[in-house]
Order: sequence, then C-alpha cells, then structure tokens
Amino acid sequence: MRHILAVLVDNKPGVLARVSGLFSRRGFNIESLAVGTAENPEISRMTIVVRGDDRVLAQVMSQLGKLIDVISVSDLPSSESVDRELVLIKVAADAGTRSEIMQIANIFRAKIIDVGAETLIIEVTGDEGKVKAIEDMLARFGIKELVRTGIIAMNRGTKMVKGGYT
Amino acid sequence: MTDTTISGAKALIECLYAEGVDTIFGYPGGVLLPLYDELYDADIRHILVRHEQCAAHAADGYARATGKVGVCLATSGPGATNLVTGIANAYMDSVPIIGITGQVPTSMIGNDAFQEADITGITLPITKHNYLVRDVEDLPRIVKEAFLIASTGRPGPVLIDLPKDVSTAEFEFEYPKKVHLRGYHPDIDIDVNAVKRAASMIAEASRPVIYAGGGVIISNASPELLKFAEAIMAPVTTTLLGIGAFPESHPLSLGMLGMHGTRYANYAIQESDLLIAIGARFDDRVTGKIEAFAPHAKVIHIDIDPAEIGKNVRVDLPIIGNAKAILQSLLSYLQKSRREAWLEKVKRWKKEYPLQYQQSDTVIKPQYVVQEIRKACPDAIIVTEVGQNQMWAAQYFQYENPRTFITSGGLGTMGYGFPAAMGAKVGCPDKTVIDIAGDGSFQMTSQELATVVTNDIGVIVAILDNSRLGMVRQWQELFFERRYSHTDLTHSVDFVKLAEAYGAIGIRAERPSEVPSAISEALAADKPVIIDFMIDPMENVFPMVPAGAAINEILEPGAGAA
Repeated sequence: MRHILAVLVDNKPGVLARVSGLFSRRGFNIESLAVGTAENPEISRMTIVVRGDDRVLAQVMSQLGKLIDVISVSDLPSSESVDRELVLIKVAADAGTRSEIMQIANIFRAKIIDVGAETLIIEVTGDEGKVKAIEDMLARFGIKELVRTGIIAMNRGTKMVKGGYT
Repeated sequence: MTDTTISGAKALIECLYAEGVDTIFGYPGGVLLPLYDELYDADIRHILVRHEQCAAHAADGYARATGKVGVCLATSGPGATNLVTGIANAYMDSVPIIGITGQVPTSMIGNDAFQEADITGITLPITKHNYLVRDVEDLPRIVKEAFLIASTGRPGPVLIDLPKDVSTAEFEFEYPKKVHLRGYHPDIDIDVNAVKRAASMIAEASRPVIYAGGGVIISNASPELLKFAEAIMAPVTTTLLGIGAFPESHPLSLGMLGMHGTRYANYAIQESDLLIAIGARFDDRVTGKIEAFAPHAKVIHIDIDPAEIGKNVRVDLPIIGNAKAILQSLLSYLQKSRREAWLEKVKRWKKEYPLQYQQSDTVIKPQYVVQEIRKACPDAIIVTEVGQNQMWAAQYFQYENPRTFITSGGLGTMGYGFPAAMGAKVGCPDKTVIDIAGDGSFQMTSQELATVVTNDIGVIVAILDNSRLGMVRQWQELFFERRYSHTDLTHSVDFVKLAEAYGAIGIRAERPSEVPSAISEALAADKPVIIDFMIDPMENVFPMVPAGAAINEILEPGAGAA
C-alpha cells in the first residue's frame, strides 16, 4: 500500500542524508522524496512516498521520529489530502505529429514549454493517475526524456501539518 | 584576543567542566594540539589509551558502571575511524558516551586533506546524533545539546567533530543554561489508561513472565522491578544486558533467557500466557525463531523507544516511557495475585533442569573458574569479552545488583571487555573489577596493559584460555562436522610473560586445585593482574538453542558427539 508522509525537519545541512540513510539501512523503500522550505524558512518539509503495510508504516514513522532533526511526521491519507507532481516530458515531434501532441497536451491541461525542430517539452502537473495517462498517450510518439519532482501533498481543509505527531 | 574572549579549545574544556566531566579517555594528534594544550593543565583526568577504539570502550565501561556520561577523544582521520567500533557498540547497547574528534580546518574539509575523514558521515548510522562544529559560536550550545541527547530518553552515543580552526578561534564564551530542541522530546507522559489496562491484564493472567532488559538498569528501576515481581508473583527472566536488574538468588529469578539461557527461563516463556517485556527489544538471540516465541502469550511492552514497539513481535499493549516511572505508576494499580500452580511448575523446572557442567579433577572447567571468582569476590563488577567467556560469565556468577555485569550485547565486540573494565575501574575505583576474557578477545586489545599499568588502574583479567576461538569452534563442532577452520590459536603468546613485559602481574593456573589460590593472589595484588586459566579446550556452552530454532528446542552436552 502507498503512503504519503509529510515530514517537517530542521533546515540544517545533512538532514537529507540522515533521512535517506535511515530509509536505506532499515530497508524501507522510498518511491519518491521531495524537499523544500516550508512556510517557516527555518523548517524544510519533505514529502515522502513509501510502500508497505501498516507495520512498515509504523516503523518508518517512529524511526523517522527518533531523528533529532525531525520535528514531526504525519501520514496523509489520500481521502483527506491532495497530492500533485510536476513532470517535464521531452517527446519526439515533427511537422506530422506536432499538432496531435499539442491537442493531447491541451486535453490534459498540460503546457508546451519548448518547441524544437524534432522535439517538444511538455509540462504536466497532476496526481499519479493523470501523469500516468499522459505518459501512456505520448509513448507512441517516442518519449526522449522525462523528469519528475516527486509527489508533494497537503491535507485538505483546516487540518495542518505542524509540530508533533499526527 | 581580548580579556573576555577564549579559544574554542578552552571553551570546550569549560563546557566539560559545566557538564561535570572529570575523566576523558583519549589519544592526541595533529589537529587536536590546541585542545591537548588546554588539557595540559585542565582539572580533568585524561587517560592516554594505546588505541582509540579502547578510548571509546573505556568511556562505555565508565558510563555503564557509573550511570554517568563517558567521554572519549580522538584526532581526525584514523583516530576518528578507530573510534567507530566503540561508538557502534555503545549505540547498539544504548550507552551514553560523547565522542569528540578533531577535524581538519574548515577551509580544507572536503579536499581529502591529510588525516581527513568524514566522521560525521561515517557515524551517521551509529550515533544517536552527531555534529560538525563549523562556527565556534555554536560550540557551547552543541556540547550542551550533545550531553542532553546522549543521556536522556533512550541513551546513546553522540559525536562532536571539531575542526582545528574552530578550536583556535576566539569568542565570548557563555555556557547556555538550557537548550531547546524542536524535534527532541525525551520526557514522555505516561498513558495512565494503558497502565490500568496492564494491571487488569496482569490480574487476568495465570502464567505471567517478566522479561527484563537493559532498560531496567539504565532507568535505575531495579527496586521497582523487585516490588513489581513480588506484588504479582511472576517469575523474572533477564536478557544478557538485563543481568543484575533482578537478584538472581531470588526465588522468582529465572536467570537469563534465549540462545544460552536457562532451560527454565525458556520453558516459562514458551508456556506463559502474559509476557511483560520491560526495557527489552526482542533481539534474535532472545527470541530464536520469532514465530514460535511465547506462542500462548499476550505481550505488554514497556519501552522508552516507540520504534521498538512492534519492530520484531506483535504487541498487545505498549506503554511508552521511562521504565522506572511506568513501574511506579503500575505498582499503585496492582491487585495482589496468587499463582501457586504456575510458580510450582516453574520451581519444578528449576529443580529438574539446573545449569550444570561436568566438574573435573584434572582439567580446569571455565564454569568452575567463574564460580570461584564469585566465591572470592561476590561484589565485583564483572566485565566480559565476547563468546564462550561471556556466556559462562553470564550463566555461572549469580548477579545480585545492577551495573555489576558489563558486556557487549548487541554488537558482540571482541576486545571490548578489557578497555571497558579499565573504564569501569576508573569510574568505580573502590570496586573490584574483573574482565572475564577469552584468549582470542583479549589479544584484540591487550595493548591497553600499558594504559592500566602506567595509570595504576587495578583491573584483573581472568583469561579462560582454551587457545581457541571457542564459540566459533563450538559451532564448527556442532554444525560444521568438526571442521575447525581457523579457530586454533595455540602458541599465540605467553600471557604471563606478556603481563610482566608491561609491568603487570601474570599468574598461570593449569589445574583445578590452583584456581582458588590464583584468584586470591590476584585480589591481594594492588596492581593490574592477568590470570591465565588453562581451561578444557573442548568445553562448550550449554544449554544452547541453535540459531533459528524455537527457544525450547534446546541442545545439551553430548549434542555434538552423536
């Protein structure tokens, strides 16, 4: 099962190594990890996607909680949160296929951010399902390069990720 | 330099004073010259070891014997990497030590400078936390945080890496009274509802067993454990690190459980309907085959570390927090219980399956040596190496008090015992400290004979000398068709002459009749002593649960001879 964790950490050198090192040495699988400063610039917020059953999730959360630089660890259930990922896709495009690709991008509300003689770069934002769908649609034109930010997520409504365990 | 500023090196000494540090185990080097210059006339006892690994083990032994934080010091590069085994050892057994390492100047970090090693990177997985001090202004806060982190919650090692230029930089020193760590909250409120539920689970149980670990000793909860066990009339077994948490002469004591535990402890676990784990972590040497461990028992797990809950076994009721505080709270909710049938059964097992060995008139049995040491010096602090010596010391001494048995449990570090004994003796100079050693382990750190002799640290090393790597040899006998691959250490060294070469006393005992006099001679000497007990080289540690078997599938003597 996929879990999305929001982890608040002190914005200090080496914190990312502490977190990623913990995952590798305890044998937890990170599907994606995105990090940047939070509303308070002294704090970084990591969004970590892990796969595992409830026992694995409990271990991941309590082991993360033991790191001194980790301020809080929250599980964001998909029913109560929104998640997004930004993906750049460089797809092969010539005069014959360019307009069809642009139509597909339009349907997905994706943007064309670069046009070359033989390629287009498409910027798409969405959840896992949407990104997968456009990827599948573009595959037959030839995806030359693809880069993704990793998922970021937030609770819906008034529920917030702050210090302490939630 | 102005009147009010001091150097980073001087500030570090001031910080150590403020933390009440009176002893450091260390070894100097290039980047530590400014700090060693300050130590030259500091009011701190610095013990110069002969290898940095032993500085870490000595700090560890000091911490376990005294309950205080141990401090070790090493230079950059190889000095720092030599600390690694000692730090890993302290991490596995939750021992509060501070490792201070010198580092190359900040401007050179990352350039592969002479004697540079990324020690904060290297020790990331084996420290509770670590610091690279980049600015001297941060130093007092970092030291304060380091001591706080090392000694509170689940204790553990903390490393502070100090670049040379930081140690020479001048600044206005002030030691913070308090530090605030946003992500660290060691004081956990006890869940009273969980405590009440535990009390009712205990009242309902008919075959409870208390399984006590090192956490009981760390939190000084032995008096509470005794009251608790007597209140609910439950037998108590301890882990290797829990030895001493409960008096082994007590009728409720089952001794140690697990791979080399007593039969009756393992039987009690397997038949119990309620397991009360206190400050223990269900290590594989305790549980054996985990699916078959305590199959009929509900589990109450009392531990300060939430990450230990459910890590290895399913827990019915966790109670997070300090063991002493939880037991105190629990004591007020308990109902007096009577469990005569259960205790009668346990008593029968104890009678039927005692720890035993075949005594001999001609060859020294290691178990006999341990019993004779106990007879001559029941109040000693016993430290061990790792392997057969460790298990015999655990099984046959009969410990009564916490902090009297010091051993490398989690990491199983050969060579730990001698330097740890040195640290324990420095911390408890009025106690007799005896390292029960093997000839293999002792050779890993025997160079510290120079340290104990020159610093007048009167430890006794009792080598149970079988001229073998005994535990590995035992496994080869039992599981590898007696193919003794590279476990014969015959003719390594004459330990008596080795002792004398360093200026210590060396005694050899070759026959059982010589054992008592060798021990009394060592106890009478006011100097470091090595006693070389030439023991039966083929003696094995029993009972034994083979790795991966259920803990009631027990081998006894004769198992390998079939």
